[in-house]
Amino acid sequence: MRVTWDGEEIEAREGQTVAAVLTARGVRSWRTTRVAGRPRGLFCGIGVCFDCLVKVNGVPDVRACQRVVADGDDIRPQAGAELPS
Amino acid sequence: MNRVVVIGAGPAGLAAARAAAALGVEVVLVDAGPKLGGQYFRQDALASEDRFSFPGGVEHVPDAAVWAVEPIHGGHRVHLRIGAADDPSRTGRVLETRALVLATGAFDRVLPFPGWDLPGVFTAGGAQAMAKGQGVAAGDRVLVAGTGPFLLPVASSLAAAGARVVEVAEANAAVTGWLSRPRGVFAGWPKLPELARHVSALARHRVPYRSRTAVVRAHGSEWVESVTVARLDREWTPVPGSERRVEVDAVAVGFGFTPQLELAVAARCRIEGGFVAVDAAQGTSAPGVFAAGEVTGIGGADLAASEGAVAGAAAAKRLGAVVDPPLGAMARVRSGRRFAAALEAAYPVRGGWTDWLRDDTIVCRCEEVDLRRLMSAVDERDLGGVRSLKLASGAGLGLCQGRVCGRNVAELAGLDGTAFARRRIASPLRLGELAEAEPEAEAVEVPDRALGQDFG
Amino acid sequence: MSPIESADVVVVGAGIIGAACAEALSRAGRRVLVVDRGAPAGATTASGEGNVLLSDKAPGPELALALAARRRWPALLESLRGELGDLADVEWEAKGGLVVATSPDSVGSLRIISDAQREAGVEVHSLGPEGARKLEPHLTGTVTAAAHYPEDAQLHPVLAATALLAAVRARGGAVVGGVEADGLVVRGGRVAGVRIGGAAVPCGAVVNACGPWAGHFSVAAGAPIEVMPRRGMILVTAPLPPLVRRKVYAADYVAAVSSGDVDLQVSTVVESTAAGTVLIGSSRQRVGFDDSLEVEVLRRLARNAIRLFPVLEGVPVMRAYGGFRPYTPDHLPVIGEDPRMRGLWHASGHEGAGIGLAPATGRLLADLMDGRRPEVDPVPFRVDRPALMAEVRT
Repeated sequence: MRVTWDGEEIEAREGQTVAAVLTARGVRSWRTTRVAGRPRGLFCGIGVCFDCLVKVNGVPDVRACQRVVADGDDIRPQAGAELPS
Repeated sequence: MNRVVVIGAGPAGLAAARAAAALGVEVVLVDAGPKLGGQYFRQDALASEDRFSFPGGVEHVPDAAVWAVEPIHGGHRVHLRIGAADDPSRTGRVLETRALVLATGAFDRVLPFPGWDLPGVFTAGGAQAMAKGQGVAAGDRVLVAGTGPFLLPVASSLAAAGARVVEVAEANAAVTGWLSRPRGVFAGWPKLPELARHVSALARHRVPYRSRTAVVRAHGSEWVESVTVARLDREWTPVPGSERRVEVDAVAVGFGFTPQLELAVAARCRIEGGFVAVDAAQGTSAPGVFAAGEVTGIGGADLAASEGAVAGAAAAKRLGAVVDPPLGAMARVRSGRRFAAALEAAYPVRGGWTDWLRDDTIVCRCEEVDLRRLMSAVDERDLGGVRSLKLASGAGLGLCQGRVCGRNVAELAGLDGTAFARRRIASPLRLGELAEAEPEAEAVEVPDRALGQDFG
Repeated sequence: MSPIESADVVVVGAGIIGAACAEALSRAGRRVLVVDRGAPAGATTASGEGNVLLSDKAPGPELALALAARRRWPALLESLRGELGDLADVEWEAKGGLVVATSPDSVGSLRIISDAQREAGVEVHSLGPEGARKLEPHLTGTVTAAAHYPEDAQLHPVLAATALLAAVRARGGAVVGGVEADGLVVRGGRVAGVRIGGAAVPCGAVVNACGPWAGHFSVAAGAPIEVMPRRGMILVTAPLPPLVRRKVYAADYVAAVSSGDVDLQVSTVVESTAAGTVLIGSSRQRVGFDDSLEVEVLRRLARNAIRLFPVLEGVPVMRAYGGFRPYTPDHLPVIGEDPRMRGLWHASGHEGAGIGLAPATGRLLADLMDGRRPEVDPVPFRVDRPALMAEVRT
C-alpha cells in the first residue's frame, strides 16, 4: 500500500504502524513540543507515553506507535498543539 | 449477561480467558492491540496468521481502547472505543459484567537523565516491540541500559532486527553472576535456560555486558548521537572519573516496570505497595473484580499466565460455574511469586539516580517540566499530596497522565505516587466520541444472592 | 506533631478559604496554626478552575462579597509578591467572562440580569451575535446574544492557596497537613483549644474552614451547621492552540448554580488554562461524598461544550476530575462566629465560588474577630440564619 509522509508518497506494508513506516524510512522525529519546540519521536512504543504524536488525515494527537497504516493515509508531522483540520 | 470480561490479551488475560471458557462460561477478551499476545508474546504484525486460537465461547475484541470502567449496581460497565488508534471514527461499545478480570499488564519504568527526551532514546520495551512486532531496529548502534534480566531479551531482539548492540549496561549486579550457579532463591526458576541462551548470544556477538553501569546522559541536538556511561556505586551515584562517551544512534532504557493500574483504581480495587492487592483466587477488594499478571506484581509471563488461569476460574465461578480449585495453577502462582520477590530484591531501583539529574533535566516529558520547576514547587509550596503537586508543578498533567513520570516525580518529592494512577479517563478519546450516544449496554443480570469471590 | 504548641487562632482546613482566613488573621498580627487532615490545597481547591467571577452572581449579598473580593485579589497578590517574591505568581489573569444565550428565549433574561448587575456596580457590555463572535471567534453560529464581563478573572487555585499559606508561615504561623482536628477544648462556654489527634492545642479561636466537610467538623465541634457536598465534574482536553480566550458559559449556568435540586444539573462552561488545556464544566449533583465516575455526566458535559464550540468535537479529552463544593441550602457562604460557642468561627459554604470569594471572606472574618467595621455587610452570612441552623430554632 502507499501512504504519504509530509506530502511525499511512500511504501507501507499491511500491519505496519505509522512509527514503523517512518522509522524504516529513517525518520526519527516527527513532532515538536509545545513549549520548547524540542523534537520528539518514538519513546515507549506501546501506547503509554504519548510522545510519538503525529497527524493522520488531518487529525492531530494520533500515537504513531499504535496507529496501523491504511492505504492512502496522509501522515504529517505535528508542531506543538494543533487543531483538527 | 453471564459472561466474563477480560481486559488485556497478554499472558495473564489469555490464560484467564481460556480458563473461564474451559469451564463453559462465555468470555469477551478485550485488547488494545490488533493481535493476541500483548507485549510479551508480541506477534509479528506483518504476518497474516495469528499464533493464538481459542476454544468456542471466547469473543476477542481487538483494537479496543478501554477508556472507562464505571462501577454500577452488581458489577461494572466497561466502555470501549473500537477501531484505528486515536481516530475519531472509532465505534463505541459498552459491556456490563459481574465478573471482570483485569490483566492490563505493565510498562517500562524509565529513570530520567539529561538528554533522555532526545529522539533515539527509547524504553527497552518500546525498542523490543518495534523489533519483534514490526521488524524495525531502533537504530544501527544501540546501547541497552537499565536493570533486570529483561535487558537481555531486548538486546537479543535488537540484534535479531539488525542493530549492533554496542553494550548492555546493568545498574545492579549482572545476571551472569547467579545464572552460572543458580542457587538459593533462583534455583529451579523456569526462566534460567532462556536467560542463559540470551547471555551466550551476547557473548557470541561480543556485546559487553557491564554491571553497576548506567547511561547518565544522552548527547545530541535533533537525535541522540552519543551517551555518557558511568560506573555506579552501590547506591547508584556515578563514580567520579568513571564517565566515558559511547557513540550510539539509539538507547533502550528500562528500570523495571510500572503496572497499568487505572482501571483497577476506577473499579475501586485496593492498591497495596503500588500493585493491585489480590487474594489466593486473584480476587481484588472489589466484588466481582479479579486481577492477574503484572498489575498484581512484576513477575514475568509464566507467573502472569498462572495467575490468569486462577483468575479465569474464579471469575467463572462467580458466574455460577461449578469449579474445582485450580490447585496446580495456584501452586505455580505461589512459587512464581517467590522468584518474583527474589528478582525484585536483586534488581531494585536505588536512590542515587537522582544524582544523574541537573536542574534543567526534564522530569515530565509531556509538560516539559524540569527538575528545577518540580523542586521549587516541592520545596517552596510545602505540598503534601500528589494532586496538589501535579497542579502546582505541572508534572503529570499531560497526555500520558503521569504514567511515565509519576513514580519518579513522587520519589523526588518524597510522596506516595499511587495517586498518579487515578485516571478516570483511562485512554484519551475525542470530545465528539464522548458526546456520541453509546450503544445500549450489553447488560448484566444481577443475581438474587451474592456469589462467592473465591474457591471456598 | 505540631511546630506550634499553642496559637491565637487554629484554622481547620488548608484549602483556599482556610488559607485566606489564615493570611488575613496573620496579617492582623495573630499567630495562626493551619491544620488539614489531608494535604494543603489538595481537595476542593485542587478541583476548582480558579474562578474569580462577578458574571454568575445576581445582585445581592454574594455579589457584594464578590465585588469586594475582586478588588482585593490584585492588591493581595501585589502585597504577597513583596513578601514572597515569585511564589506569589499565581497565574492571575483578568481574562473576562462571556455569558452566551443560544436561544431567542434566553435573550430577555440575560438582559435583565446584566442590567441588574450593572446597577450593582459590575462592568457589563451587552453584545449581539457578531460582537460575541468577535470576542470568541470559535463560538457557535447559533449565539443570539451575549454579555461581556471584563472584570471576570482566573487564577491557579493551588498556587494561590499555597502562596497564602507560605505568607502565613513567613509571618511566624504554621501549616501542618495530615493531622485531623477532631473536636474542641471548651472552657467556661468558650473555645480554649482544639483537639488534634488526641492532643489539645490551646488557642483563643478556631476557624472551621473545612469546605464541604464543614458540616462534619461542626458536628465534632458540637455546633452543627448545614453544609453539604455538591459534586462537580470537569473534563480536560489535551493541550490546544489558543482557542477560547475568556471564560465562556451558557446563560442557563446562573440558574443551575442557584438551583437547589438534588438531581444532576449540567450547564456549559468552557475556558482555557495557561497550560493550553480547555476545561469543560460544569455539573452539580448532590450525591454525598460519592466520587465514582458516571459516564453519563461526562457525556452531557461533552455535548454541551460542542454545542457552544463546535471546533472542540475533534479534540482529545485526556482527563476528568471531580470534586465536592461546599453547599448551603440558601447558597450563601457562612462567615462568622457561632453564637452557640464563643470562639468557634465558620468560613465555608462558598459552593463553586470559594476561590474568587476567598480574600474577602478572610478579611471579613478577621475584621469581625478584631471588632473592626467590615467592608461588606456580614449579616447575610451570619451563622444563626434560619437556613443554616434549622435545628436551633426548634
